Amino acid sequence: MTPLGLYLPGTSPLHRVPAGWKFLALLSLAVLVLVVGSPLWLGVVTGMVVLGYFVAGIAPRHCWGIARLLVPMLGLVFAVQWWLLGLDSAAVVCLRLLAALAAANLFTLTTRVEDLVAAVERGLRPTRRFGVRPERVGLLVGLTLQAVAALSTMASQTREAQRARSADRSVSAFAIPFLVRTLRHADELGEALAARGVGDD
Amino acid sequence: MIEFEDVGHDYDDHAVLDGVNLRLPERRVAFVGANGSGKSTLARMINGLVLPSRGRVLVDGHDPAREGRAVRKRVGFVFTNPDSQIVMPTAGEDVAFSLRGRGLSKSQRRDRAAEALARHGLDGYAEHPAHQLSGGQKQLLALCSMLVLEPDVLVCDEPTTLLDLRNKRRFVERLEQLEQQVVLVTHDLELLEGFERVIVLDAGRVVADDLPETALKHYRALIG
Repeated sequence: MTPLGLYLPGTSPLHRVPAGWKFLALLSLAVLVLVVGSPLWLGVVTGMVVLGYFVAGIAPRHCWGIARLLVPMLGLVFAVQWWLLGLDSAAVVCLRLLAALAAANLFTLTTRVEDLVAAVERGLRPTRRFGVRPERVGLLVGLTLQAVAALSTMASQTREAQRARSADRSVSAFAIPFLVRTLRHADELGEALAARGVGDD
Repeated sequence: MIEFEDVGHDYDDHAVLDGVNLRLPERRVAFVGANGSGKSTLARMINGLVLPSRGRVLVDGHDPAREGRAVRKRVGFVFTNPDSQIVMPTAGEDVAFSLRGRGLSKSQRRDRAAEALARHGLDGYAEHPAHQLSGGQKQLLALCSMLVLEPDVLVCDEPTTLLDLRNKRRFVERLEQLEQQVVLVTHDLELLEGFERVIVLDAGRVVADDLPETALKHYRALIG
């Protein structure tokens, strides 16, 4: 299970919107929730994101990955913020996080990474004259999203091994093997990319 | 034709390969040897993932050290751990990723990827999350992502190590059907049925190079 949802094939209006426009909308929404400081308006934005899930026909079970991560995190943030800054500030911070992360999840559920990569490459084409390699940036975006799935799998496997050795509470029993596996994965992925000719062009 | 001319390789002043001279015209060639014998390093030299410290490697006359792109167009590589080879989230996108830079449109890439998946036993899996495939399916996907590029040579580095018996059989059946030259690195001797030549490595040197039966006798004697 990954924190961000993987693409769910569909024919909803959200699925059909070009990836580039959806990506721009996501970035705009992220800016908007940072600028807006009213809990009421942030509630409206969050409501619109939730509406997006209905429009896209996403079943609640497909949101389990992000909900499992978000609910405890938001609960903790809300409690700390309420204690330190009051109810209004706590609501603002939590609604900002909720709206932005739920929108990012909706984006990945309705957009093929391949389409996103192509959109990034297309959008960055004019920057080629400044030395930017759009295909590299596109690949970076694709690999970043793929890394979420890969790292999440590695983290859960490392946690299982930690539990098997009754070291549930040891930070180092998780952090060291996870770090080693992450670095090894990076090495192997680099080799696999080279074998597929990435970097030859 | 793959050629190794007096090839040697060092890791941190430690020689892992030394004095390797081989010409490999056969369609089915295998490297066997104990862990650390240098067989994976030798295989990686075929498409320039590792460059020799001494000597040179040639693939159809091209040196991977100087003409990496030309060599990698001819040579596909399947690694032991398919998880590390999957670059895109879904099986279809991963195969289509291999076709980037080939002058194909997105829909052509998608169609070619779906065809390749169907041909290699993954029909209907184009939209499936790649990391949620079974181990055998992931390795078939890795194979598919290479074969969609239609390489002349396929190098497989212990591709069945992480597979169960059924998936191993499925993978081997696919390999047997390939028209390409296959260079297999393995210590699973069952996989060598139908191979024309087996090269045994020990401590970075070729210690036997023969038909499978004879070479394997040597290998078994070597490992006791």
